[in-house]
Amino acid sequence: MKKYIVLAFLFPLFSFSQDVVEGMVMEGNDENKHIGLAGANVYWMSSQIGTITNQEGLFSIPFSKEYTKLVISFVGFQSDTLTITEPKMLHHTLKPSNELDEVVVQKKRDAVQKAYFSAQNVITVNSDELLKAACCNLSESFETNPAIDVNFSDALTGTKQIQMLGLTSPYLLITQENLPMVRGASQAFGLTFTPGTWVESIQITKGAGSVVNGYESISGQINAELVKPLTDKALFVNGYFNKNGRMELNTHINRKLNEKWSTGLYIHGNARTQKEDNNDDGFLDAPLANQINIMNRWQYQNVETGWVSFLNFRFLNDEKQVGQVAFDPDANGAIRGFGNFNSLSGNELWGSEIATRRFDTSLKLGYVFPELPFQSFGFQASYSNHDQESYFGLRRYDINHKSVYSNFIFNSILGNTQNKFKTGITYALDAYEEVVNTTAYERDDVSVGAFFEYSYDNLEKVNLTAGLRVDSHNRLGTFITPRLHIQYTPWQRGSLKGSFGRGRRAANIFAENQQLFASARQIQILDTEGSIYGLDAEDAWNYGVSFLQGFTFLNRPGNVSLDFYKTDFINQVVVDWENPRAITFYNLDGKSVANSFQFELNHEILPRLELRTAYKFYDVNTDYSSGNLQKPLLAQHRFFVNVGFETEITEKGGQWKFDYTAHTIGKQRLPNTDVNPPEFRLGEFTEGYSLMNAQITKVFSKNFEVYAGGENLTNFRQNNPVLGAENPFGSNFDTSIIYAPIMGRMFYGGFRYKI
Amino acid sequence: MKKIITIIALVFVTASSFAQEKNKKMTMDVDGVCEMCKMRIEKAALGVKGVKYALWDISSHQLSLIMNESKTNAMEVKTALVAVGHDTKELKATEEAYNKVMPCCKYRDDEVVKNHQN
Repeated sequence: MKKYIVLAFLFPLFSFSQDVVEGMVMEGNDENKHIGLAGANVYWMSSQIGTITNQEGLFSIPFSKEYTKLVISFVGFQSDTLTITEPKMLHHTLKPSNELDEVVVQKKRDAVQKAYFSAQNVITVNSDELLKAACCNLSESFETNPAIDVNFSDALTGTKQIQMLGLTSPYLLITQENLPMVRGASQAFGLTFTPGTWVESIQITKGAGSVVNGYESISGQINAELVKPLTDKALFVNGYFNKNGRMELNTHINRKLNEKWSTGLYIHGNARTQKEDNNDDGFLDAPLANQINIMNRWQYQNVETGWVSFLNFRFLNDEKQVGQVAFDPDANGAIRGFGNFNSLSGNELWGSEIATRRFDTSLKLGYVFPELPFQSFGFQASYSNHDQESYFGLRRYDINHKSVYSNFIFNSILGNTQNKFKTGITYALDAYEEVVNTTAYERDDVSVGAFFEYSYDNLEKVNLTAGLRVDSHNRLGTFITPRLHIQYTPWQRGSLKGSFGRGRRAANIFAENQQLFASARQIQILDTEGSIYGLDAEDAWNYGVSFLQGFTFLNRPGNVSLDFYKTDFINQVVVDWENPRAITFYNLDGKSVANSFQFELNHEILPRLELRTAYKFYDVNTDYSSGNLQKPLLAQHRFFVNVGFETEITEKGGQWKFDYTAHTIGKQRLPNTDVNPPEFRLGEFTEGYSLMNAQITKVFSKNFEVYAGGENLTNFRQNNPVLGAENPFGSNFDTSIIYAPIMGRMFYGGFRYKI
Repeated sequence: MKKIITIIALVFVTASSFAQEKNKKMTMDVDGVCEMCKMRIEKAALGVKGVKYALWDISSHQLSLIMNESKTNAMEVKTALVAVGHDTKELKATEEAYNKVMPCCKYRDDEVVKNHQN
């Protein structure tokens, strides 16, 4: 130790000329030993100049005539203030103090929503918003959100189909807690298999999205976060019924078992037993249906070690019956998918049943390094077995899809938290077995991939997320998926975003277009060379720009946004409805582009009265074999208004909530029906129309609320949803050309009880 | 007895500060009032080479840091903070630097602080 003191005495010889104060800080002790104190603060009072003693306790601090008070402090010691008026050498001893004046407390990071500052164009829909559309499952949760369009898939099942950027849901990656969910066999009905009450929030990403969850997303991603045993209510009961005989019951039971484990049981049941045929075409307007859906979640959380985990099990049984009102599947001689046209007597009834059983299980495991809050890894794995058996008149369609998906992600930083990265590997297996009438299809898709995603945040003006993944797929080959998102803040509350990215997927042509089966159309696949039903994989680039500006008008907040997105297909499996006798699938020859433009304005126009408006324009055109055409059954112009009003919450927690939504849907191009007999020709375009929904919620207390509402208040219905309804086994039968609701005005009511 | 514990504690403190940790955690008081301050403080702290993580809590005024001690130290971070106009316990920002912060961030003004409490 002595030599350091000597050193300390030597230093001034070299440095007096530089106008510095140098010296050594030592800890005071009983034996008066010279022990240097490393890491002590040495600074000029009320200045910007400070330093810290080095390992030996030595320091050097610039001298300035402005400052005369030199403070020396260290945790666990009494601070001293020395008066220094000239550059000199110091030798100072600090006295220990028994009180620690600085305590290290780690705080949890708040979950702050940074929509303005995230590189991706993400819209978060929270649970309050989900309650505005009181019914009933994920597919119906988007009615009050202009980013997603809800369409009707067919005249029979009443299933709602969602679209984003003018493209149908197969081009979206739909995940549940970041595990791919609605895909493959569940593409047609999958969204109806997640009850609305299970959903905690939804994140909608427009454009290419992240590479972390795979290469399949083309126009965007939708992620649904489910309620969690630890944070959901101990008991939640929701009942719903509507005028057309649909009933739903949801029960959640959550228990915290101990400090670390929680579990939840979620039971959903729905049924419609009443036959409805308000348009007198002899066909049910909505299916007779019943569903039982049970999920069990286990949540593990250990704050000390940094481990978190979720384990889920889900079982679903869903049955639907559609078709002619008098059809009885149990009757003697009922046509249930077998037989041929020539053996029919002409008195048979047309009917269809779709039975789905699905089992899901998933495991998520996450570890946050306790000492390094910016570093973590996650592992997720899921298995599902989806089994659908169905018939549509004389046609039969069965599909079994077993899926395994696993993803390992490591999160950390490069240098500091302004530069973050995620990297990991993905393994996926999809085994399909299908029976289409008498033809069996079998296919296994296996892929292994690795990804790296870098994100940069300069904390003020620029955000960037750049991702790259490389996948090796037994049918799609080995390919690279790049994706880039940039956000720039040009001025306060303004946010300019740009993105581009690529996506690829194997189209499951039958599962995604099941409405074709309830028609007399012949199925034609024109290509034979490809590896997926003879067709090639779909491949597209997506580009987008958007601008968001927040403002304050009349002292209340609002925002206005504009966005434009373009999806450009390199290859697409063209689904061609232009010949009313057939549905034809073939590889794109030429171009297929989906352009979408959206203008949105939101403002709290009166206290507690929120107004949301949006205008959307789509130009989705594809080179069909008959020429370049706009996508059929897609409105080029759409207008949306939503008004929400809430009264102030009373002392007892009571409140009224009012919500009104109107959609105006412009004319839609109809698939060509020119070769039909005159009575079955539909013309070139549909008329435009408007739909209105409204809902009132009365909250009695934080435990109980009731709601009532109406859908399709203008009572607008499509006149002839079933073409050739008089002769469903005849050649003009078609239920696939649907552009408007089949159900007229409908009222519903329900309650929510929670403790 | 108390003295021995104190000495042991001090030896421990000294020993631990001798070792230059790659991921040294620390907290410090930094004056400020709002989200804008938070962004400015965190940005300034992360701008110091060797600082890996910076999180400033608005209500407690605590800046939590993780840094590589072989590259930087607390005083360097404080120097960076006063340069953008935020006072620390030891170093104080110049009038000039303080005047550059947005009007809503004038934490030395009691009126501004009061407005943020509402």
